Amino acid sequence: MIIRYLIQKEFLQIRRNSFMPKIIFIFPIVIMCVMPWVMNQEVKNIVVDVVDNDRSVYSQRLVHRIEASPYFIFGGQQPTYAAALKEIEQSRADIVLVIPQDYSRDLVRGRHPQVLIAANAVNGTKGSIGSSYLSQIVSASPQSGDSRGVSQGAGVLNLYNKSQSYKVFMIPALMGILMMMLCGFLPALNIVGEKETGTIEQINVTPVSKWAFILAKLIPYWIIGMLVLTVCLVLSWAVYGITCQGPLGLVYLLAILLALFFSSLGLIISNYSDTMQQAMLVMWFFVVCLMLLSGLFTPTRSMPSWAYATTYINPMHYFIDAIRTVFVRGGGFGTIAHQVFALMGISSVMAVWAVLSYRKNH
Amino acid sequence: MRQFVSFVIKETKHILRDRRTMLILFGLPVVLMLLFGFAITNDVKDVRTVIVTSQMDHQTRQAVDRLAASEYFIITATVSSPGEAELLLRHQRADLAVVFGKDFASKKSGVQLMVDTSDPNMAQQWTAYAQSILSTQNTPSTPNIKLLYNPRMKSAYNFVPAIMGMLLLLICAMMTSVSIVREKERGTMEVLLVSPVRPLMIIIAKAVPYLLQAFLILIIILVMSATVLEVPLAGSVGWIIVVSLIYILLALSLGLLISSVAQTQFVALLVSAMVLLLPTVMLSGMLFPIESMPQVLQWISAVMPPRYYIQVMRKLMIMGVGIREVLPEVCILCGMTLLLLMVALKKFNKRLDS
Repeated sequence: MIIRYLIQKEFLQIRRNSFMPKIIFIFPIVIMCVMPWVMNQEVKNIVVDVVDNDRSVYSQRLVHRIEASPYFIFGGQQPTYAAALKEIEQSRADIVLVIPQDYSRDLVRGRHPQVLIAANAVNGTKGSIGSSYLSQIVSASPQSGDSRGVSQGAGVLNLYNKSQSYKVFMIPALMGILMMMLCGFLPALNIVGEKETGTIEQINVTPVSKWAFILAKLIPYWIIGMLVLTVCLVLSWAVYGITCQGPLGLVYLLAILLALFFSSLGLIISNYSDTMQQAMLVMWFFVVCLMLLSGLFTPTRSMPSWAYATTYINPMHYFIDAIRTVFVRGGGFGTIAHQVFALMGISSVMAVWAVLSYRKNH
Repeated sequence: MRQFVSFVIKETKHILRDRRTMLILFGLPVVLMLLFGFAITNDVKDVRTVIVTSQMDHQTRQAVDRLAASEYFIITATVSSPGEAELLLRHQRADLAVVFGKDFASKKSGVQLMVDTSDPNMAQQWTAYAQSILSTQNTPSTPNIKLLYNPRMKSAYNFVPAIMGMLLLLICAMMTSVSIVREKERGTMEVLLVSPVRPLMIIIAKAVPYLLQAFLILIIILVMSATVLEVPLAGSVGWIIVVSLIYILLALSLGLLISSVAQTQFVALLVSAMVLLLPTVMLSGMLFPIESMPQVLQWISAVMPPRYYIQVMRKLMIMGVGIREVLPEVCILCGMTLLLLMVALKKFNKRLDS
């Protein structure tokens, strides 16, 4: 039962550090209360400047329709295209709409007047979504402001996230990020910290086995991970009213597997590093790559094939996929079995590696 | 002066001897640039589509073929009832289902799209693309759309300035603070302080190698973005470097400030990585637009230095405007730098007195 005392030692170390308990409790709460508001890629409040070369009733109507849209803010009329471009350069406007001279005449004669939409596309998503909204408004009803074109398109049925809220999309991902930060960075600093202060020598001369030592380092972080996850679930219910659609047990299962992976990764890096600075940078490097390639922010299917191939060994990708299925779409075990087994495989390989990479003799 | 130079040499040796950290420091920008340049895109591509139809007549077949022919959609299955399609969506085997009504052939209408809205933005784009492909009528008066500055809609245009803002802050703030705190923790700081060199000189000598390193990384990023990622350097390179130097100075003083607050490496690392870096990445408009945030967070983001730096870089690099258009942001950056530098130096002196 040596392991029990080792775990007790770890917890004592965590508790006596003046900084650790604070970060373990305050960090998740702050992140959960602030980040869902931040991680919002909704495109709205796009400022539109209009260059109206027609100045007719029709062009006025078009401007009114833009003003009425929830996505746009009417920035003002500009005399020329060049002046409007100047506004974009000073970031006072995002899109310029140029109405040609014969807009109303062409409309009345049934021709198709060419309206120009120039969007600032430095931010590609905002530029393209904004200009497609605007072109919908422009082409929706050129005749009189109602009827015709509107009803042509196919009807759309939104499944799972009916309010199209970004928070629903991001909160499960945030849980993953938190597990990654707390269960990844803290172990990464742990062993290397003992190396730097020299206390690891004392462990090395005891008969404690490698397995017991590493396991005693891993278990506290699982417990912390589960604690953090519970805080996240409670907060997402209390603050945002978002609850898990699928079985809650699966969320915990996924989280414990992810915690296993990241704490093992942290310990592996810690074992190979000589200084905390080194460990931190290496960990940071891995975390950024795993996170960006996981489909957390951008869909994995849009990636080129070489990048998509990396998702097969990226545990974060399996986690994000599975937790969104359970949390948002309400899938059961059958729907995520493949991800669970993949996570399990990757995590156990890492755990074994973590034990093997720890050496008592230099 | 000779003492100062030898201190700089000492610090440089410290850095050069830590091969792994060096590798990461120079590898990180390269990998991040490649990832953001090629892998991280929001393009609509390979949307897995299920067709729901009870009979596959000529009209339906044509519509399906149009979908399949486009580069955006791949047809993964054809099922006969919406229920089955919903199951496929739930199991993550498909993203979009196109449901054809019974009388589609005769009326040419009655198409419904079922879409997995877990990711709202992408769902919106998928349905917009599908609708435009499905609608047979050539739509009247489609407006001309001109995408300024970034006609090919590459996300790299948006991300390169952001990567610069993040990496320069990470390297300068984290590395300097840790290297100072490490000397404190190991007790070697005392040795340095009893040497005839003035304490301020010691700190400046510590900052100089990191300044050089940050500058080198800046050059690497700029060269890579121009050659590999084909992101143009539309503005004047001179001004880009000047503004970056101001920002580097700001990050260094931030590192100095952290080092005077933190007593152990552990705290310094966590403060710079979790408390400092994460909010800056999230709130600086790097990944998520500032305009969509609630008002309170917008105020907080107003005191984040990277926000201004990234804005300036986007304008100077991508939009190619002159320095006069970005003067307000540059002034704010200068002000922040001065303020941080003053606070950091003051704190630093106090610590030595006590």
